[in-house]
Amino acid sequence: MRGEAVQRLPAPDHGPSPEGTQIFLHRFQAHPLTVRRALKAASARFRGQISAQEAGTLELVLAEVMNNIVEHSYGRAGRGCITLSILREARGLSCLVCDEGTPLPPVCLEPPRLPNIDCVLADLPEGGFGWYLIRDLTLDLAYRREEGHNLLAFRLPLQAG
Amino acid sequence: MNLHAETRDGALIVQMGERRLDAAIAIRFKDRMREILSDPAPQVILDLSAVDFLDSSGLGAIVAVMKSLPGGCQLELAGLTPNVDKVFRLTRMDSVFVIHPGRAGIGLLDAG
Repeated sequence: MRGEAVQRLPAPDHGPSPEGTQIFLHRFQAHPLTVRRALKAASARFRGQISAQEAGTLELVLAEVMNNIVEHSYGRAGRGCITLSILREARGLSCLVCDEGTPLPPVCLEPPRLPNIDCVLADLPEGGFGWYLIRDLTLDLAYRREEGHNLLAFRLPLQAG
Repeated sequence: MNLHAETRDGALIVQMGERRLDAAIAIRFKDRMREILSDPAPQVILDLSAVDFLDSSGLGAIVAVMKSLPGGCQLELAGLTPNVDKVFRLTRMDSVFVIHPGRAGIGLLDAG
């Protein structure tokens, strides 16, 4: 911390919300069942603020991101914390998901590709859809590895109004 | 795992009774379905009308169940709610499965 002047951010044009219902923060031990609870809590926070369709998309994207952390970043032991923060703003829901597991493989950040399904039944893929859904349904996805943390940020667009 | 199976007019109708088919339940769903399908039927319809949330793990489990059916047998789906239908459309899996509009057993089999 150096003594630099703090730059004041411009006030949001729609004014502050006294109850802060546009803000969501949840930190929990990574496990498929606690992911479920986090999804439920996030949906409950934004109920009435976003459409049922948008709530379904939010839940799907967050489930894919956080279940990937449970299964891959923390591995089978499933030990470690996930911090999920969401801010509803004019341009959509800005999400940040943070964990302390293994770094995200770069392949996840390559352009999204649907697994090949033009094949015989026996060769149909049973996985590989998660990152495709994340990439397909989000905007401005960014990833940063910092001090042992995975930081994944993205935005879910909302209908105007 | 709430799965209910009954045979109607030669078709095996499996009713998924859980509201979520996700990573927390995908493996148990697969295991239970394989138990139910150990006595194969010519037509198997999985009714998902109670499911309001499906993720890629749940989708993968459904694909795995279909692949485990004996040759020539297809797993058909019915009762897709909007959130579930969306996952099938986005992943193009709607082109792989026979998807019946409405719920299994309600006017579906009668309609031929």
